[in-house]
Amino acid sequence: MAYGKYTGFKGWLYKGSTPYYAFALHRLTALGIILFVGIHVLSSFSMQQVLGTWGTTINAIYEAWWFQIIVIFCVIFHTFNGFRVAILDIWPRFIKYEKETVYLLWAIFIPIYLLTVFILVYGKLSGG
Amino acid sequence: MRPRYVPNRGINLDYILWLFTRISGLGIILLCLIGLASAMYMGARLQMDLPTVLRWTFLPNPNHVVNSNIPDVVPGWANAFWQIMQFLIVTFAFTHAANGLRMFAEDYVGHTILQPFVRAFIALIWVAMLIIAYYVIIGSAY
Repeated sequence: MAYGKYTGFKGWLYKGSTPYYAFALHRLTALGIILFVGIHVLSSFSMQQVLGTWGTTINAIYEAWWFQIIVIFCVIFHTFNGFRVAILDIWPRFIKYEKETVYLLWAIFIPIYLLTVFILVYGKLSGG
Repeated sequence: MRPRYVPNRGINLDYILWLFTRISGLGIILLCLIGLASAMYMGARLQMDLPTVLRWTFLPNPNHVVNSNIPDVVPGWANAFWQIMQFLIVTFAFTHAANGLRMFAEDYVGHTILQPFVRAFIALIWVAMLIIAYYVIIGSAY
């Protein structure tokens, strides 16, 4: 990340390569998961202890199929990319193939994610 | 975005937390796979749709799948095994998240006067969320 230079917002547009975009998406999905899980735990606490209706409202949004598509993207991408990073940290000699591991990540992630989205949308359309 | 001041090599808190991030990440994946496999063994394949299976995998809590009207979720699915699984997943996940937030904050804040306050704030959020989540887990067992 641009050692020793202040890059500001332009840092996100930096002419990075494939692993950089995986890194940026990893941070973005991490923030998404933290926001989702944090608010979800608080709203579930509110539902369980019957502290008003705001928890039920938020959890109803969270259970909507279109919101699930966003959440599943964050969770599955963060899981697979984190697994890739952990493997590369355990066996550092594979770091020279980092770009190839990112291609492999997308090759595994895209079919699984599309299948999940298909099942979610299909279940919604067919009323299941 | 500032460069981080990396401590010397060797065993220190920064290294231990770096290692913990990897171990807890792999641990959460393993716990999810164990939860998924045992749910399948208990008949989730016939009783649950995909979103319900995913919700059970992320947090094996009976209230987490309450919308799907699973017939024997309370007698068969709410026991000490799943409660320990929930405690482990929640502890690993929130510690992983708090450490990740600390990494973000230290990338953007750096060694300034703000740093101890940011760290204390994140630690406070971490403890508070753990207590609330434990309360929800224990409270939903009855």
